[in-house]
Amino acid sequence: MAKARQSLPRTAAAHAILIAYTVIALFPVFVVLINSLKSRRAIFAHPLALPGPGTFDLIGFQTVLNQGDFLLYFWNSLVVTVVSLAFVLLFGAMAAFAVSEYRFRGNLLLGLYLALGIMIPIRLGTVAILQMMVAAHLVNTLLALILVYTAQGLPLAVFILSEFMKTVSADLKNAGRIDGLSEYRIFFRLVLPLVRPAMATVAVFSMIPIWNDLWFPLILAPAEATKTITLGAQVFLGQFVTNWNAVLASLSLAILPVLVLYVLFSRQLIRGITAGAVK
Amino acid sequence: MGALTLSAVTKSFGTVDVIKGVDLEVQDGEFCVFVGPSGCGKSTLLRMIAGLEDVTAGDVRIDGVRVNLTPPAQREIAMVFQSYALYPHLSVRDNMGLALKQAGVARPEVGAAVARASAMLSLDPLLERRPAELSGGQRQRVAIGRAIVRRPKLFLFDEPLSNLDAALRVHTRIEIARLHRELNATMIYVTHDQVEAMTLADRIVVLNAGRIAQVGAPMELYNDPANTFVAGFIGSPQMNFLKAGALGRRGETLGIRPEHLQISREAGQIGGTISHVEHLGGETNVYVHTEVHGLLTVRLFGEHRFAVAETVWLTPEAGRSFLFDAAGERLRG
Repeated sequence: MAKARQSLPRTAAAHAILIAYTVIALFPVFVVLINSLKSRRAIFAHPLALPGPGTFDLIGFQTVLNQGDFLLYFWNSLVVTVVSLAFVLLFGAMAAFAVSEYRFRGNLLLGLYLALGIMIPIRLGTVAILQMMVAAHLVNTLLALILVYTAQGLPLAVFILSEFMKTVSADLKNAGRIDGLSEYRIFFRLVLPLVRPAMATVAVFSMIPIWNDLWFPLILAPAEATKTITLGAQVFLGQFVTNWNAVLASLSLAILPVLVLYVLFSRQLIRGITAGAVK
Repeated sequence: MGALTLSAVTKSFGTVDVIKGVDLEVQDGEFCVFVGPSGCGKSTLLRMIAGLEDVTAGDVRIDGVRVNLTPPAQREIAMVFQSYALYPHLSVRDNMGLALKQAGVARPEVGAAVARASAMLSLDPLLERRPAELSGGQRQRVAIGRAIVRRPKLFLFDEPLSNLDAALRVHTRIEIARLHRELNATMIYVTHDQVEAMTLADRIVVLNAGRIAQVGAPMELYNDPANTFVAGFIGSPQMNFLKAGALGRRGETLGIRPEHLQISREAGQIGGTISHVEHLGGETNVYVHTEVHGLLTVRLFGEHRFAVAETVWLTPEAGRSFLFDAAGERLRG
């Protein structure tokens, strides 16, 4: 059906561009992965060579898994990311529903206020956040990180989800009201399933900055018990000596959970991004 | 006491007045159609009756009880929407039974109510399916079934046929008329299609810019329109509006329906040239351009041969014309 509009050179050109971009995007990940499997000498001698019989070495992974509480760091990162993500999605969707569904004074202003956070980076408030966390005795707890990341993720979530919720049929919500469903039932049972692709989009966009963040773990929760994986990997980076094997191995390991979450969300994500484009 | 009473009902969105004072009484068992062009407020009025919009001022009474502040679910109404609005995650059976389940009706009774409604609309083979597996016509029948299950005091229809194709629309129209006879229920039906209004209604409410232009039985509106708006809105093709002065009549405008305008090749009151002819088989519509009155439509029954650019003469049938003043109000007597 779409055949009439496609020609071979065009298709080839489009694929060439996409393949080139994919290679550029994946190259650093590829380099990290292959070097994590090599000996220290081999990393410096031939950084781009694949691990061979003479250079293959699991010393990096051994160091990482033996030294410190790497599994604990992993667990911390996972807890912080998953809980923050759950809060972002739940509260973001609720706020988006209120902004898009109910007519009240200041509705538009509230929507803009909530979206303001997209433009103003939360790190500008670091000092105040730290003071607040100290006052609340939340320093060196995972809760501190979860609260900050929830705040960080909400603006984008509200912005994207409220646009999507406006597209949910008003008739459907009204039918629910006439049938006696509570607003909560309407929200959870009728609206949320219909904006699931948008939720996945928001989940992926919010998840990656949280997982990768170094700033707030370093400031709010640097204690051994609350270190996240990105912070934990820093022990191998020294001012004079860096244990590259260990750094690369820990980074390789850190990719895994995000990859798993991404795969879980990706089918919905693609539907979310292309929604509206295909109708 | 009527099934529904609206007294001086108004609705404003901010500074915009959408409904500007509507008084209406709908009798028990009546089929009442709200009709008007888009933006006239007919859907808003229906949603106010349903409780989905607040009433800015005035009273809405269902069965004599003031329901201004009653939530939709407790008004004992059922509504059928243009976009069907079936719950996508529930089967047809659960869609139809949900309202009763929410109201705390026992499971066997819900089942019986669903079975009764489903038999009425021959939905039995579809009961276990999801809405996504149904065609448009089937979905609308399920939506109507969902309304029947509740045994409401008031059925509300919001342009239920607009999303259906022409053949299905006629079929569903007949089905709704049959249901109205069988259930003997009070129905309020919103549409912009005057054919639906004429064929279904016991009484038509013509709305224009947030006000009632006229209320009456279909033939009353057709034979005795109160103003140019109703005269122009009811009837298809549209009524011709001629300059009354040029014909030696009082008032500003003379309205004459296309079927009451006689056409002749030899002689008549108004001369003009044919600009377009529509042959529909059963009838022939001739569009005539005239110097004084602009484009006029003549509706002839059966097949007639007229050619574009032919010169013809038109004569309004005696006693079939309506006179209106400058404000568009009917001049009687």
